[in-house]
Formats: sequence, structure tokens, C-alpha cells
Amino acid sequence: MDAISLLLLFFSLIIMIGAAVYAAIMKDLIFATIGTSLISLSLSVIFYLLHAPDVALTEAAIGVALSTIVFIIAIRNTKRYEDEK
Amino acid sequence: MRKLVILSLLLVLGYFLLNTFAGAEFGKDRKVLANYYLEKSPSELQVANTVTAIVVNFRGFDTLGEVTVLFLAATGMGTILLRRRSKHTGLNPMRTSPEASKIVQAAGKLLFPAIMILGAYVFIHGHLTPGGGFQGGAIIATGFLLLLISYRQFKVEHKYVTWIESLAGLTFVSIGLLGIVLGPHNSFLENFLNVGTLNELTSGGVIALVYIAVGFKVAAELTGILDTLVNIRETGDID
Repeated sequence: MDAISLLLLFFSLIIMIGAAVYAAIMKDLIFATIGTSLISLSLSVIFYLLHAPDVALTEAAIGVALSTIVFIIAIRNTKRYEDEK
Repeated sequence: MRKLVILSLLLVLGYFLLNTFAGAEFGKDRKVLANYYLEKSPSELQVANTVTAIVVNFRGFDTLGEVTVLFLAATGMGTILLRRRSKHTGLNPMRTSPEASKIVQAAGKLLFPAIMILGAYVFIHGHLTPGGGFQGGAIIATGFLLLLISYRQFKVEHKYVTWIESLAGLTFVSIGLLGIVLGPHNSFLENFLNVGTLNELTSGGVIALVYIAVGFKVAAELTGILDTLVNIRETGDID
């Protein structure tokens, strides 16, 4: 793996961790869902860099678009904000 | 007493795990099957993408099961959510949310054909480039999702979706059954067509046909699921 791919890999990993923390602490569930979608996007970049383009395509289509919309529809039909406990 | 039972069950499990792995030699090359696949898929099947060769040919029966699981999931979801679907008002009931802006609508209209072509490309070239029926179908469903969220009037005709889904499933199974009749070893999903030459669109025999059928099936199923979900009636009884 050359230097640029390695750099991109670390960059994606950092974004992924940041997005995961953001999704966990966010009280607005729509924003948290966007965070999980960002996790999937970085994960698909990582899959591509690790020579698994088939998995990267699946992750990009299902993880980023379809599961996000399922979450958003569920949130629209329930409550948008997490309760302060 | 309960802890004793759990402990003894764990011991039995551990014994069998130990038995299984005790024979494995440390550091030995155990990629016999992987090497077989890597060797056979370009030479015998003339398929450039080894993942596709495994999914559709060597493990084709598993793929049939996978497609069935997706079908059952879509059917179950439709059955459960059917009661909550809205009456025919002409609009899909994202009514409480404001309508998507003109920019989103125009961009959705513009992007939709490109997404369709990308999805079709991915599953037609499943045996040559990364991707295949599942990925291509998911990409096509994403295109329909774009239209569903940008236009309130847009509706997916469930009649056509069901027809496409059933025909694609039938195609998959009948190609498999033809393999029993016409294939040289008379086994399910066996290749009975000319395999052609490596890296050409017509290479791989039945693999391309099966993946096109899977692509249509997955696209129809996921589009149906999305349409059912978007059309859930917004009632106050949940919150």
C-alpha cells in the first residue's frame, strides 16, 4: 500500500471515529442518523482501499442510502429528540 | 444448580471446540479451497471477477437462499405495514413535512437516469468488474428513493414491481433447473452455455444471466420496501 492510500485510510478511520462519537452524543436523532451514514461512507472508502470493491459498493448503496432512509422514516413517525435523562 | 448446568454445557462445548482445532497445524497453508477458486474461475469458467464466480457458480445455491431471504423480508414487511398504508389520495403522505425544494426536485430528475444506468451497468458487468446483482439492484433502488423523497406525487406501481420480482425469481430457478437437464454433470445451476473468452461481455455462460435476474429481483424488492415505508400513514398512535 502506497503512502497516499495509507494517508487516506487513516483519514477515513479518523472521520469514522469522529462520526461514531457524534452519532452517540447527539440528542437530535436526525443528526445522529447522518453520523451513522458518514460512518458507512468512510467504511466504504476503507473497503475500497483494502481491495474489496464488491463490499465497498454494497456498503455505499445500502449503508449510506437505504438504511439511513429507513432510520429517518422511523424517526419521522416517532420522536425526533432523545429525552434528557 | 443452574450455574452447574451452564458450566457443564460450556465444558462440553469447549471439548468439541478443542477436538475440532487440535488437529490444525499451526502456520500451515490452509487455503486449499481459496486456491481452487482462484485457479478455476479464470481458467474453466472464464470469469474475470472471482467473487462473482464464487457467489453465482460455486455457491449458487446459497445465493438462491439469500434471494429467498430478501423476498421473505420484503413480503413480511409489506404484510405488517399494509394496514398502515394510506388511502388513495394521490399524494404519498409525507404531507406533514414540507415539499422538497425545486433544487432537490430538479437534481433528482437529472440524476435519476444516470443512477439507473450505473445500476444496470453494475449488474450486467457483474462477471467482469466489481459488483453484481445485489449491488446493482441496491443502486437502482437508491434512484427510486431519490424520486420518492423529492416528488410527493411519485408512486411505485406495486403490480409491476411484483411482476418483475416474480419473473426474475422464476428466471433464476429455471436457469438452475436447465443446468440439471443440460449441464454436463447434471447439477443445479450448472453452466450449460458456451463460456466464451475471458474479459468479454459474453464470457461466463449462465453467470451473467443469473446476475441480471438477481439484479432485477433485488431492485424490485428494495423499491417495494422503500415505497411501503414511505407510504406509512402518519398517525398519532405511536407517540
